[in-house]
Amino acid sequence: MIKIKAKDVDVFYGKKQALFNISLDIEENQVTALIGPSGCGKSTFLRCLNRMNDVIDICSVKGEILINDFNINDKGCDVVRLREKIGMVFQKPNPFPKTLYENVSYGPTIHGIAQSKQEMDEIVETSLKKAALWEEVKDRLHEPGTGLSGGQQQRLCIARAISVRPEVILMDEPCSALDPIATAQIEELIDELKKEHTIIIVTHSMAQAARVSQNTGFFHLGQLIEHGSTDKIFKNPDNKKTQDYITGRFG
Amino acid sequence: MNLILFTFIVLLGFTSYYFGRKKAYTIQSTKKRLTALPQFYGYYLAIWCAIPAFIIFSLWAIFEPTIVKLLVLNDYSNQGYLDDELNLIYEKTKALSRGQFTGEITPFIEASAEKYLSLRSIAQSSKVVIVLSAIIASVAYAYKRISSNSRTREPVEKFLNAVLFTASLAAILTTVGIVFSLIFQTIDFFKVIPLFDFVFGTHWYPAKAFVRDSSEALDPTMYSDTFGAVPIFAGTFFIAFIAMCVAIPIGLMSGIYLAEYASYKVRQYAKPLIEILAGIPTVVYGFFAALTVGPFLKELGTSMGLEVSAESALAAGGVMGIMIIPFISSLSDDVITSVPQSLRDGSYAMGATKSETIKRVIFPAALPGIVGSILLGVSRAIGETMIVVMASGLAANLTLNPLESTSTITAQIVVILIGDQAFGDPKTQAAFALGMSLFLVTLCLNIVALRVVKKYREKYE
Repeated sequence: MIKIKAKDVDVFYGKKQALFNISLDIEENQVTALIGPSGCGKSTFLRCLNRMNDVIDICSVKGEILINDFNINDKGCDVVRLREKIGMVFQKPNPFPKTLYENVSYGPTIHGIAQSKQEMDEIVETSLKKAALWEEVKDRLHEPGTGLSGGQQQRLCIARAISVRPEVILMDEPCSALDPIATAQIEELIDELKKEHTIIIVTHSMAQAARVSQNTGFFHLGQLIEHGSTDKIFKNPDNKKTQDYITGRFG
Repeated sequence: MNLILFTFIVLLGFTSYYFGRKKAYTIQSTKKRLTALPQFYGYYLAIWCAIPAFIIFSLWAIFEPTIVKLLVLNDYSNQGYLDDELNLIYEKTKALSRGQFTGEITPFIEASAEKYLSLRSIAQSSKVVIVLSAIIASVAYAYKRISSNSRTREPVEKFLNAVLFTASLAAILTTVGIVFSLIFQTIDFFKVIPLFDFVFGTHWYPAKAFVRDSSEALDPTMYSDTFGAVPIFAGTFFIAFIAMCVAIPIGLMSGIYLAEYASYKVRQYAKPLIEILAGIPTVVYGFFAALTVGPFLKELGTSMGLEVSAESALAAGGVMGIMIIPFISSLSDDVITSVPQSLRDGSYAMGATKSETIKRVIFPAALPGIVGSILLGVSRAIGETMIVVMASGLAANLTLNPLESTSTITAQIVVILIGDQAFGDPKTQAAFALGMSLFLVTLCLNIVALRVVKKYREKYE
């Protein structure tokens, strides 16, 4: 089933065009990897999906992005609700300078999801459990989140993102600041999370894309060169550029 | 004369730099590799020129006057003069030698004036000779010594280190000196006025101390109820409180606006405009408070049936608050801007609005820095003088009514030290005691503020 349907998306930073005519369908409850060399526009595309580009003054987005058949670039789209449905995990772990508990309860609080303290406790616990962090931190929920290790911080950010039960989770190079062990943990987690969420992950590591994703899109110079099942892209790509990138001849 | 000598030495310094570098180039031209860049050879020689000059100049400055004085007064020894009389004679001699002596000229003094002048000129010319020969000798020595493998970079770096160290030492020593002068006078003050009376007394009336004839013996009991500092401490904190009531909300809100809401263009113009407020001399704020705000409040109060003093704490505190706004807004703007963008992104990505992000993430993250900026603002408010002197009256009332006039520590110091005052008089020393307590209060505030700000910095580095 198609969850997200991007149609002819153009993105401009001021006068400079960063994305050209991107059309891409994203399957529900699968992991879609976006790969490509630095500066190719894959993160920019990712940020279109929860309208994080609104934060950048000079950035403008054209085209249609349909999520559940609703165009999020429409004027009537409520960004607050949109971002409740579409969570995001960033390249560098960015826990708030608050306690672990407050980090996870942040989303439910601003969206008024929990009715009672007890309900909030449950949300925090399940989110941390889903993020495979609960066992490590259950005794220090009221210590600052910035005191965790890098990998733990990133899992905390994932717990924060899933606390509001988003339908889609966007991950912008979530492992680039982590060591191999923490990376393996996060990848395992991604596999687990795709049962309940649709995941789109931007990554520089082709091995990671091959490991975690079912679908892959290859970006180059602001264009989507090729997309399809990960198997096909990695084993038998149609486009010469994709082939070259995958085999490490450029990028 | 000294100026010419000084210029000449500076020229010598440049010349030795030039020669040092030239020698380095000469060595280089013989295909030998130098241990340092050629200009280090130049600096090295220039330092060998500067150090002896500096040493000899300081020796002269220290010893010349003493030696000349000894030699001049030598003629008067064994004549049974007292030290004070000898000093007087010497002062007369100096005055006469400058042609500024107006009294009766005795042959004795005339003779010593001549001697004084001749000694001075001997000292002067010997200084020239010694300085120049010392410089030439040391530069020539160093010039001969430098070769392709001599170490010039390290001494030059060490010299720079020493110069910079001396500069910071001067600043520190000045502070220490000021603190000590405060301490000694304060101790003297508390020898006459019991500490208890000063800290807990509720009557501040230093004018009473004027009554004493200085020839009378000091009688501590007459100062009871004169130097009770409670009213002026209360006044100080009260006015600072009013000022912060104005400055904190406005400053903080404008800081948040500048950092988070203002577009790049608005910020570019608004920030310098707000900082102009900080550049207005406090005297201008002072007469603004005294001539505009004070009378306005009085009229406003009268029309509402309130009794408002023309020199009310409200006028002084309010204007002082306006003065402090730019400190708080500019500092908190900086602090908020330095909160990492990734935290904002994290919050927006959760679906938080701008105000929620500011309230729940950015403000708590920036809080230590904001507290620091507020504390710095408070210590400015407590130390501010001109506005209070002009706008808030000089009578030290113990009151919490912002419509009455009160007085502050700084204003009382001004009151005490204006006009004639005698050293060693409790009234004068009271100013030192007040200055000391003011210093302690602001010192504590600054230490706390810097600690808080530092703690904040560590978090994000």
